[in-house]
Amino acid sequence: MRSIRAAAVGAVTMSLALAATACGGGSSTDGGSNDSPKTLTYWASNQGASIAIDKKVLQPELDKFQKQTGIKVKLEVVPWSDLLNRILTATTSGQGPDVLNIGNTWSASLQATGALLPWDATNFGKIGGKDRFVDSALGSTGAEGKDPAAVPLYSMAYALYYNKEIFADAGIAKPPTTWAELVADGKKIQAKGKSALGAEGANVSENIHHTFVFAKQHGGEFFTAGGKADFTNDAVVAGVKQYVDLMAKDKVIPTGDAEYAQNQSVSDFAKGKQAMLLWQSAAANLKSQGMADDKYGIAPVPVQSGTPGTGAQVNSMVAGINLAVFKNTDNLDGSTKFVKFMTSDAEQKILNTAYSSIPPVKAAQEDASFNSASNSVLKDTLATSAAALPQVADESQFETAVGTAVKDLFADVAAGRAVTTASVKAKLEKAQQQMPAK
Amino acid sequence: MHKNSPGSAEKAPRRRPGRIRRIALPYLLLLPALFLELLVHLVPMVIGIVMSFKELTQFYIRDWGTAPWSGFDNYKVSVDFDAPVGQDLLHSFFVTVVFTILSVSFCWLIGTAAAVYMQDNFRGRGILRALFLVPYALPVYAAVITWVFMFQHDNGLVNHVLHDQLHITSKPSFWLIGDNSFYALLIVHVWKGWPFAFLIVMAGLQNIPKELYEAAALDGAGMVQQLRRITLPSLRPVNQVLVLVLFLWTFNDFNTPYVLFGKAAPEAADLISVHIYQASFVTWNFGTGSAMSVLLLLFLLVVTGVYLALTSRGRRTADV
Repeated sequence: MRSIRAAAVGAVTMSLALAATACGGGSSTDGGSNDSPKTLTYWASNQGASIAIDKKVLQPELDKFQKQTGIKVKLEVVPWSDLLNRILTATTSGQGPDVLNIGNTWSASLQATGALLPWDATNFGKIGGKDRFVDSALGSTGAEGKDPAAVPLYSMAYALYYNKEIFADAGIAKPPTTWAELVADGKKIQAKGKSALGAEGANVSENIHHTFVFAKQHGGEFFTAGGKADFTNDAVVAGVKQYVDLMAKDKVIPTGDAEYAQNQSVSDFAKGKQAMLLWQSAAANLKSQGMADDKYGIAPVPVQSGTPGTGAQVNSMVAGINLAVFKNTDNLDGSTKFVKFMTSDAEQKILNTAYSSIPPVKAAQEDASFNSASNSVLKDTLATSAAALPQVADESQFETAVGTAVKDLFADVAAGRAVTTASVKAKLEKAQQQMPAK
Repeated sequence: MHKNSPGSAEKAPRRRPGRIRRIALPYLLLLPALFLELLVHLVPMVIGIVMSFKELTQFYIRDWGTAPWSGFDNYKVSVDFDAPVGQDLLHSFFVTVVFTILSVSFCWLIGTAAAVYMQDNFRGRGILRALFLVPYALPVYAAVITWVFMFQHDNGLVNHVLHDQLHITSKPSFWLIGDNSFYALLIVHVWKGWPFAFLIVMAGLQNIPKELYEAAALDGAGMVQQLRRITLPSLRPVNQVLVLVLFLWTFNDFNTPYVLFGKAAPEAADLISVHIYQASFVTWNFGTGSAMSVLLLLFLLVVTGVYLALTSRGRRTADV
């Protein structure tokens, strides 16, 4: 009898306990608190050649921070394939890191969710003021007219990386400055049995970064001034077609690249199979794949004609990583201190050197170590001829929809189907219809 | 328990509550399990259904109680087959149906054939059996990523064999993009799925009495007749469950296409689960994604119900 009662009581208690824990799982959805002032969780994006390398770069700096402030930072390096999903999940559940890296192009989209701490004048004051940062980097931190959703951490730009030896063999004296020159050089390189240019045809983000620049060079914008999707205007169609035509018509990109999505084109370049690569801040990546610095040169990305500049002379997106504070943090003061630490002149120099990126902090950027030949190309590009991707709330959807359309176009080329203005327009039309209706 | 029953004669009036207690006890003991079942299975389903009636976009995901109700708008968008979203969903649905029919057929056929051949005792049977189960035992990601390498255009094993060695194709084919991606997906899925059919059918075969075959052999039935008259009918109940399970798993499979093709699957291999994932996670529209999931759930419920009704009726008449 007693055992029966005990069992019954146990069963009921257990059910109640389960009910209680299930209901108690929620957390405050309003601003942050300072409930746990001694620890921070930090989600870093994968900047180095591997996650292990990132940990090696970041851990000593986090130890330094702990020594200075007594705050222990738990580091998690999140691969790019997971980062946006993880952030979305954290946003939905309210359970996430305190501080996190975001791709700067996501700033406006994530800003719209309200999950990130807005950097108003007060918050900027805590990290030394907005003026410390370069303008082009600040242009990619959220929608215009709103307080930035994040603070610039690393800046990057696209450049043309070329294999010096292959260029010399093919009798090419200097890197191409226009697309016509690039195609002509490509033919000479192919005559020597090497492949000319690499691309990540199945990588949605890479496709966006390139077609954005090509559209710009044709005077086109993917969004109207009012923030509405406008993917089918003639300039955008011409821009997208020109990029795909590098494989379809000009044949400087091998059709095999249509299925590349895991940076195989970087490996092809590092192995000396391919003469040119359009990539952002690739130095550290190439080094880790065994390509010595003196094997390759670095030049600005080609334009249609003339020299890189603004407007139709744009030759790169403003690429980079921003540092954001999760609004639900339970260590708001600590998070702000950590952002201040990571954007301090000293840390900026160390981290951007390790990742071969450019510091978005003015004082750090002026350091002599960022004046090397390769860095000055990136620095000039960022200063004079890089444009920010559209800072609209639908940016993330735009990347997916248009990036997939370009992937499909490359797949068409690979399958031997013709790519025409009409077929490009049809794919972009479909992408536009997938955008949220408003 | 036994302490209670012998001395109960004089305490007759107290018997009743005791019995109630005894009747209630099993239910009480089931309570935690029931509660967990609700929590793990039903609650997410209900939440998913609620979500499908909301306009759950990026502006509301942080506190999705505030997302406005949208009535049947998400469903309307999903089944409006004149608009791109509905068209794509329909396309994806047909791709999935064809894929499922082919995959389940091949899995069942290969699995059953292998199990029947493994019935007889021969040297090396154990090793072969173990070998056959390897695809099923491997972690999905590791197995499928190996296939990705094999299907690569430039350095893949498949093209190396088909093109470089056997010269079957005039130029290397693309397997991971374009139309061939459907076959790539089918091959990987059958490779991964048939050992399960093999395992289940093998277990089912153990239950068929040897005497039946002996009697049939005496009556002059050959191998084919034994298979048709004894093996397959005896396997009927096993097959009924096996085909249903294979169907549900295949129709819902997410891991294989996701690892094979990434977030944006090629049109030819756009299976419905990845399509829904794309519609909700990648475009941040969880309302529409949920509506599509609910439609998928309803479809699978209907198919399962009809299937069970048909097959069990067939069985009952067969039994009579």
